[in-house]
Amino acid sequence: MKAIPFAYSVRNLWTRKLTTALTAGGMALVVFVFAAVLMLDAGLHQALVATGQYDNIVVTRRAAGNEVQSGVERAQAAVVASQPEIAVGPAGEALVSKETVVLIAQPKRGSGVPTNITVRGLGPAGRALRPQVRVASGRMFRPGSTEITVGRSIAQRFEGTELGQSLRFGARDWTVVGVFDAAGSGFDSEIWGDGEQMMQSFRRQAYSSVIARLAAPEQFELIKPRLESDPRLTVDVKRERVFYEEQSQMMSNFIRILGLTLSVIFSIGAMIGAMITMYAAVANRTGEIGALRALGFRRGSILLAFLAEALALAALGWTVGLALAALMQLVHISTLNWQSFAELAFSFALTPQIVLQSLGFAAAMGLAGGVLPALRAARLRIVDALRAA
Amino acid sequence: MTLPLISVRGVSKSYRRGGQVVPVLHDITFDVQRGDFLGLMGPSGSGKSTLLNLIAGIDKPDAGELLIDGVDITRLEETALADWRAGSVGFVFQFYNLMPVLTALENVELPLVLTSLSRQERRVHATAALGLVGLADRVAHYPSELSGGQQQRVAIARAIITDPKLIVADEPTGDLDRHSAEEVLTLLDRLNVELGKTIVMVTHDRRAADRAHAIMYLDKGELSRAGDIHERSVREARA
Amino acid sequence: MQSLKLILRNALRHKLRTGLTVLGLIVAILAFGLLQTVVDAWYAGANAAAPNRLVTRNAISLVFPMPVHYRDQIRAVPGVRGVAPFNWFGGYYQDPKNFFAQFAVDPVPFLAMYPEYRIAEDELRAFLRDRKGAVIGRKLAATYGFKIGDTVPLQGTIYPGVWSFTVRAIYDGAEAKTDTSQMLFHWTYLNETMKQRVPRRADQVGVFMVQIDEPQRSAEIGQAIDQLFRNSLAETRTETEKAFQLGFVAMTEAIVVAIRVVSFVVIFIILAVMANTMAMTARERAPEYATLKALGFGPTYVARLIFGESVAIALIGAVIGIVFTFPVAHWFGAKMGMLFPVFEVSATTVGLQVACAVGVGMVAALLPGCRAARVRIVDGLRAIG
Repeated sequence: MKAIPFAYSVRNLWTRKLTTALTAGGMALVVFVFAAVLMLDAGLHQALVATGQYDNIVVTRRAAGNEVQSGVERAQAAVVASQPEIAVGPAGEALVSKETVVLIAQPKRGSGVPTNITVRGLGPAGRALRPQVRVASGRMFRPGSTEITVGRSIAQRFEGTELGQSLRFGARDWTVVGVFDAAGSGFDSEIWGDGEQMMQSFRRQAYSSVIARLAAPEQFELIKPRLESDPRLTVDVKRERVFYEEQSQMMSNFIRILGLTLSVIFSIGAMIGAMITMYAAVANRTGEIGALRALGFRRGSILLAFLAEALALAALGWTVGLALAALMQLVHISTLNWQSFAELAFSFALTPQIVLQSLGFAAAMGLAGGVLPALRAARLRIVDALRAA
Repeated sequence: MTLPLISVRGVSKSYRRGGQVVPVLHDITFDVQRGDFLGLMGPSGSGKSTLLNLIAGIDKPDAGELLIDGVDITRLEETALADWRAGSVGFVFQFYNLMPVLTALENVELPLVLTSLSRQERRVHATAALGLVGLADRVAHYPSELSGGQQQRVAIARAIITDPKLIVADEPTGDLDRHSAEEVLTLLDRLNVELGKTIVMVTHDRRAADRAHAIMYLDKGELSRAGDIHERSVREARA
Repeated sequence: MQSLKLILRNALRHKLRTGLTVLGLIVAILAFGLLQTVVDAWYAGANAAAPNRLVTRNAISLVFPMPVHYRDQIRAVPGVRGVAPFNWFGGYYQDPKNFFAQFAVDPVPFLAMYPEYRIAEDELRAFLRDRKGAVIGRKLAATYGFKIGDTVPLQGTIYPGVWSFTVRAIYDGAEAKTDTSQMLFHWTYLNETMKQRVPRRADQVGVFMVQIDEPQRSAEIGQAIDQLFRNSLAETRTETEKAFQLGFVAMTEAIVVAIRVVSFVVIFIILAVMANTMAMTARERAPEYATLKALGFGPTYVARLIFGESVAIALIGAVIGIVFTFPVAHWFGAKMGMLFPVFEVSATTVGLQVACAVGVGMVAALLPGCRAARVRIVDGLRAIG
């Protein structure tokens, strides 16, 4: 079956510029919302999953939803730190960090609204366990001091976090001596300091969590059952990456479900717009349709020509919508992560997968909107079409 | 006796309008020879356009047979009929029915898209056809940039590009001024005399009817003949 | 009202196009209403706050507790009528997904400052007598099928171990905006148990709910309370209940803003669709408008016809959309369960829906209306045939 030249479909969009602009514009907005939602979810995952190393483990109290709610007694922490699977560093030190994690409420720049920030007191090997972190300005805090180093996102968004300034909590003043860059991971939203100092300050007897590097990633299968069945301990052992992935689940689900539901609802609106436009196109061009059929073009090629027109509209909408969504990569979101109950900064991430998914979505809209009018065009009887012209 | 190009045998057609059955053509029988230039005339609603549609293969009769060059087109099902039209019939409509978004060249090459010719070959043929109708300098113009007469000539170029044996024309001069109508009719005449195309033309226009070799009158779905080839040669002799 | 009849008849001429436009409007208005309701639900806590309640928490953050003995000192501050210790329990029922709000409170002062929690006398007494008893809200009872006398085991996350409570009372909310998805139990039971399990975590309170006599003095009284504990190990921060609830909303402000923005995006989508419809309609009717003008009707008459039709279509779609918003919101609220304990469509939302519909109707008709008013009779008539 020979097709009607594609130029016929595409050029017809150009003749009715206002209608094409409005219809494609509606579809562009829907593609924008769809892509932006997926990008937000991808950005959330990138921030959180990038936080975890595959060969690190996180040990928390059993059933604690996050490190802040968790408590690991000193004795228990010592048991964890003595496990054979834990890697050993260049100087012979065990790569394990017993950490204290709390939240402090600090005012945000601009709005002054107090927001929870994660403060992490590291053990001596804490820095080594996070190779993605490097110092951006100033230096790391000195162990045994009341110095703190803040994540890049915290320095940007919160008052009183510049080099030389101090934050007051736990009845002490903590001086900011540096800003670190954690490559967009969750650590960018944290403040780091010396763990033992913080324990003293907060009068705590128990750590929040124990982080350790495994000598080999497979050894996870050995250490996990052993620690979890040890009668002295009541702990959960997770791979760091899995731990942080779980931290994002609530928010991720919310974003995905709400966002995709909205996209579907919006797409109905855009699809209706496309249907109205295509019905009008068919009605205006019945004479042409009759002539094409008289010349010998089949019903199928008429159908395809109008479907092509609807798809071209959708493609136009997709291009504009995706371009707008791509701009969102410049926007940074900071909000409360419901699971950790603390500030988390992340961004919109455009992946090739999202580009394809949004293309498919736009195409589906175009097809859904165009199929009924195209069928009407194809079903016209030649004499009726010519007479109505 | 050579085989007539068109053989209409006992053809009838009626339409359903709002629950009622309206008869349009009643038991029509006639022949058209190769190389004829036939005019169909009659009052409004006499069924002449309907008859033209049946001969052109864009509608099917309720009863009877239609043999075009030996093929009974009433037996062809839709896709076969479409293919047949593509190779055998050229259309000229009152309102030209060109695609406004395609240039003159692209409009003319449309019927060739249904063949297996390459793009280049199509373009060559289309350019030649436009040259034939005197519009070689307008190949890249859109219909909106052409006058009524020029548009109709583009339509004629489109009608002859597949070298069909039969050309059907439905009121080809209906929307044209006197000068353009004259040009179009001269063109049709040339196609008939020089290229041997058989033409069946529905018209109200007396001037157009004069150009035909023979006229058939339709009234209330039945026909009567008036004038034949004879008349034309007499006129030629007088000219 | 001749023009109204004309307007409605015109709208019905192209049934398919008008029908599709109305359908699009219904969907858009419905989505808009739903999203605005989601935003409202976010502020539900702040809306339910009473001006005579203050919240005192550790100045560092909610994560840090305060010693229970603060209670008596706060009670002694002039202007304070009642103080209730209040600990967020944060456990779950059977599955981590089954999350709802559980609080360990000192019931007598707490219920005194929450008159909107209505409990039957006998049930209240049964609860006060049973130290392992619990009061649950009507919505929570309905969600999990809890009845008076049922045992509810909770897995603790902040307070480790398994905890069992017996349902002794069910409370109803005095108003639609009162949250009835919560569970309250005795703070003393929590404390006694922690004394046995993890002694160093006993005698600690998460938050003090403070009832005051004069709401207009809330800032003053709040500062007086914080002054008591300045330079101590656990400095406090006291604010009105509303400010406290708004603080939570502010932390997720980005999401609220995003949802608000998106709710208006849908309006723009439907605006594009309606503008398209009206532009097409006006273009097709150019000859009619020209004829009307030739007959002597002024340009404003023609413009009014178009505006009228556009607004009429928009209002029809809006009315149907608004009517459907209520059942859809109800279904959505039920699906979201404990995440949005209060999910009600407000009058403001309905007002916004109507305003948006009228706005869309008017803006969509703007360009076509002006064009039609200005069409020259000659040009319009030429378009015929």
